[in-house]
Amino acid sequence: MTTLSPVEGATAGNIARVLAYRRSRRSHHKLFGRARLFGHAWSVFTWLIAIVLFFPVFWMVLTAFKPEVSAYTVPPQIIFHPTLSEFAQVLSGGILKPFEHSAFVTAVSTAAVLVISFPAAYALSVRPVKRWRDTMFFFLTLKMLPPVAGIIPIYIVARNLHLLDNDWLLVILYVPMNLPIAVWMLRSFLLEVPREVLDAARVDGANVVTELTRVILPIVRPGIVATALICVIFSWNEFFFAVNLTATQAGTMPVFLVGFLTTEGLYWAKLCAASTLCCLPVILAGWIAQKHLVRGLALGAIK
Amino acid sequence: MGDTVTAPSRSTVERIRHVLDRRREGDSGGAGRRRWVRRLPLLPAFVYVIVVTQVPFIATIWYSFRSWNLLIPGSNHFTGLRSYQEVFADPTFLIAVINTVELTASAVIIAMLVGIGLAMLLNREFFGRGVVRTLLITPFLVMPVASALLWKTTMYDPLYGLLDFVLSPFGIHHVAWLSTFPMPAIVTILAWEWAPFMMLIVLAGLQSESLEVLEAAKVDGASTVQTFTRLTFPHIRPYVQLGVLLGSVYIIQAFGEIFMDTAGGPGTATTNLPYYLYEQVFNAYNVGVGAAAGVIVLIGTEIVAIFALRLVSSLIAGTAMIG
Amino acid sequence: MSVCLSAPGMSKTYSRYELTLVVKEAFVVRKRMSGRSRFLRRGVALTAIVTMAATGAVFSSGATSAQPKQAKAASVTIRVAVVSTPQVTEVEQLLPDFYKMYPNIKVAIDTLPEDTERAIIETDIATQANEFNAVMISNYETPMWAKNHWLVDLSKNFIASDPGYHVSDLIKPIAQSLMSGGELYGVPFTGESSFVMYNKSMLKAAGLTMPLHPTWTQIAAMAAKLNNPSKGVSGICLRGEPGWGENLAPLDTVINTFGGSWFNMKWVPQLTSPADEQAVNFYVKLLRTYGEPGAAADGVNECLQYYDSNKTAIWYDSTAVAPEIAVDAPSVYANTGYAFAPTGPSGRASGWQYVWSFSIASGTPNQKATWDFISWMTSKQLISEAAQKFGWAAVPGGNRTSTYVNPKYQKVATYGPITLASMEAARPDDPTVHPVPYTGIQFVAIPEFINLGNEVSEQISAAIAGRESVATALSISQQDALTSVSENGL
Repeated sequence: MTTLSPVEGATAGNIARVLAYRRSRRSHHKLFGRARLFGHAWSVFTWLIAIVLFFPVFWMVLTAFKPEVSAYTVPPQIIFHPTLSEFAQVLSGGILKPFEHSAFVTAVSTAAVLVISFPAAYALSVRPVKRWRDTMFFFLTLKMLPPVAGIIPIYIVARNLHLLDNDWLLVILYVPMNLPIAVWMLRSFLLEVPREVLDAARVDGANVVTELTRVILPIVRPGIVATALICVIFSWNEFFFAVNLTATQAGTMPVFLVGFLTTEGLYWAKLCAASTLCCLPVILAGWIAQKHLVRGLALGAIK
Repeated sequence: MGDTVTAPSRSTVERIRHVLDRRREGDSGGAGRRRWVRRLPLLPAFVYVIVVTQVPFIATIWYSFRSWNLLIPGSNHFTGLRSYQEVFADPTFLIAVINTVELTASAVIIAMLVGIGLAMLLNREFFGRGVVRTLLITPFLVMPVASALLWKTTMYDPLYGLLDFVLSPFGIHHVAWLSTFPMPAIVTILAWEWAPFMMLIVLAGLQSESLEVLEAAKVDGASTVQTFTRLTFPHIRPYVQLGVLLGSVYIIQAFGEIFMDTAGGPGTATTNLPYYLYEQVFNAYNVGVGAAAGVIVLIGTEIVAIFALRLVSSLIAGTAMIG
Repeated sequence: MSVCLSAPGMSKTYSRYELTLVVKEAFVVRKRMSGRSRFLRRGVALTAIVTMAATGAVFSSGATSAQPKQAKAASVTIRVAVVSTPQVTEVEQLLPDFYKMYPNIKVAIDTLPEDTERAIIETDIATQANEFNAVMISNYETPMWAKNHWLVDLSKNFIASDPGYHVSDLIKPIAQSLMSGGELYGVPFTGESSFVMYNKSMLKAAGLTMPLHPTWTQIAAMAAKLNNPSKGVSGICLRGEPGWGENLAPLDTVINTFGGSWFNMKWVPQLTSPADEQAVNFYVKLLRTYGEPGAAADGVNECLQYYDSNKTAIWYDSTAVAPEIAVDAPSVYANTGYAFAPTGPSGRASGWQYVWSFSIASGTPNQKATWDFISWMTSKQLISEAAQKFGWAAVPGGNRTSTYVNPKYQKVATYGPITLASMEAARPDDPTVHPVPYTGIQFVAIPEFINLGNEVSEQISAAIAGRESVATALSISQQDALTSVSENGL
């Protein structure tokens, strides 16, 4: 029997790990008898917890269908006359433009983040630079200057560049906002690409481009989706910059939502209707792509 | 051994040797030009980030050495370190620091504990598991502003809120949560929002746990508790650490919830550092003090981060790949 | 067994295993690639096309640069920043009428809640970013900003040549609050003072009658009798929410009428003076004993809810909320009585004065079009249009005398006469018993007041919540005021 060199051992370990991972995604824990009953109890408990934690969101959507007066009742009503009038008021308040602005800013900034973070992550994983640890730290510290501190300087710089109340300003600012986590996540995914495959490709004479498109991209595609989803979530929901740096022309969804808080008057049902509409795109995106999100936050390269 | 391996061609031999050499020798970085080729992909990210973030940052430092009150025209002049002195002399600043630590620690710890619990529950196969997971990740997807307003109005209202309704059979009636228990109220909202994030990270860790090892433990007669403490938890510990690190970075900056729900109060009970900065910049319109406070916060956070990263450096220690 | 790979100058040994691994993987990789590469290529191409198309579509419809448009022969867009009040929301629905009158003017409105919008407007005006042609501010900012030359003189530039505006119809004290040097720098959209609203049947059931000019002592006694926590009814509802325009508004009127003030003639803060302490103690105690639950976080909206659902008997607040009650809870509205703002030991009339107004920012283009818009917003015509569409009870009030003498308005607005009388009795130039160096009834017209007021209101709110004593709250507030004075050289 040949003793394995460290490389061989690591490779064997990798293969074993891959196999184990694949197996763990399938169903397991076949139980019998009393263990099964115990298992059912846990399932019920899990369902209960899920319902409790989801309840505020459910309540928000429910309240959106109530006429204003029914939203302020004791006890809170579950049975009531549902109405679409609150939604109508929200929609007539002009939701289309903020939606466009949010969509534009989110799509473009996410694309930009992916485009510049992917090479950066590549340079920190597949062919790492020498001081990759410091570089990771640098990216992380980007998130540490509170936006509030820099808002006036940013405002003044933007004013001088005539970028105030402009979608592009938000795009420009959201990229460094999401870059650290994008780099971090993409790097972890790139680390999962098995060395052997890369080496084999190089042995085959692949240059960087082929290596990228034929070897790396297929493997990390779910990771890219997950990273994109995280960026979409944070960009769509961002409030502070949007509210302070946009006005009539480039307001995004959070800004639109907050406009429904009136100084006097009842507004809960309207607010819930507006909230439901504003949160819906991201909630749907998250629901549809949740498998990727689960994998995405896996960061499975932590060995 | 009986294998037949045909001798590879000369160029293939070269390439194989080249690849294996590099791998054996480790990441030496290579000579100058190769090092720069490796750095090239980093450049776009670096350049962009430096231009977009450092320019405002330098502007912030610039303004921190001046005293400019937006509402008083002609007040923009150089004052040296006076703005910094004002920040340190302001008792609210210290309160904001303490509140920030309290808020962040509480929210992160609670979110992580809940997240671990949820991940353990989700790690089994059961009926409707996908639906449950969908329900559980939703709080993270909801807009923070929307959730802050939702909690302020429909949950925490002393008369019409759900909490009041649910707790009144137990005799807890008409409690104004946001003014009587402001910090726990805000921590609850933050923990509710971030628990799914923690859950997903820990779930990934749990799912990467090798089944063979778990089955072997069961065969050996280990109890559930023993399996958890000796096997599972050490395995997910790096994931937990990562979740705590990332969650802290985001929750330290929590602003929307406090802005919408408590306006930093009552008094200064929930004024954290971002909100304190907001008050300086948009209430006092004191750009100099706001900028100085921002610089101080940045330096403080970086010092904390250096220590924190040392602690979790084991996370990224073993993951450098040899190329 | 090992294979020796040698080349000139180098001799290394690789195990057979390493070799086979690498070579095998190369084959495996190759096999996998051929089937999937086509799919991959198609997928990438499709994604790219869709992304570009989507971006192009959205881009072309949405994002425009924020350069102010120069006046073309065709149309002009003016940008207005407004605070989200119910009257504003109403009037926005009347915009089609404006467009009929002025087909060349397009109006883009930025609506946000008060504090946020204020911050944006102040930043814009103070840095002269000229993001907005017109801004909705108040009688707090207008005189100060006029002095800074940040606003356009409306009297000279527009009103003088616009007799159709009927400037003399504006309620005098309201208009005066927007003047600087005798010239109007803002036009009033809604004006208000403060008064007492009470639930007539609750008072009747308790055998009480509300005098037309009550004192605070009387109010406190009535609140004590009407307070019924077991039924969830509070004797009185007052604002406790932190904010210089929230709990400080009613509190300042109480301070004034008890003989206190913010500063004396030498700009020494008076927050710990006996009169101030007495007033604040009174307010906080009244709220804690007979006030609504959770008062420390209650602003106008919360009190409105309580009042609308008959959960409070007496409510001292803005005259502008009465129309809200009319709309939200007509039965409660029909049962509401009114009294003037309560007075303290000094007997001085204490109703506050607050005006939402529109001003034109200096240095912005298209000022004539902007004037067209804001004059329409504050015109008689708009009021009658609003009356037609929403009913007289819901028109923007408190700016024009003609509204109050209109019989149709008088029929629906039972609060009309007392509102007008309260507004006309307000004297912001002379708000307190003893002379003071500042103007403003429920605020102090200095730029620092936003911050100082917020800090003090936080302390007051904490005292109302019972987290600290009134004495502590006031001593901290006094300290804040002293710091403010010294920092800003008052």
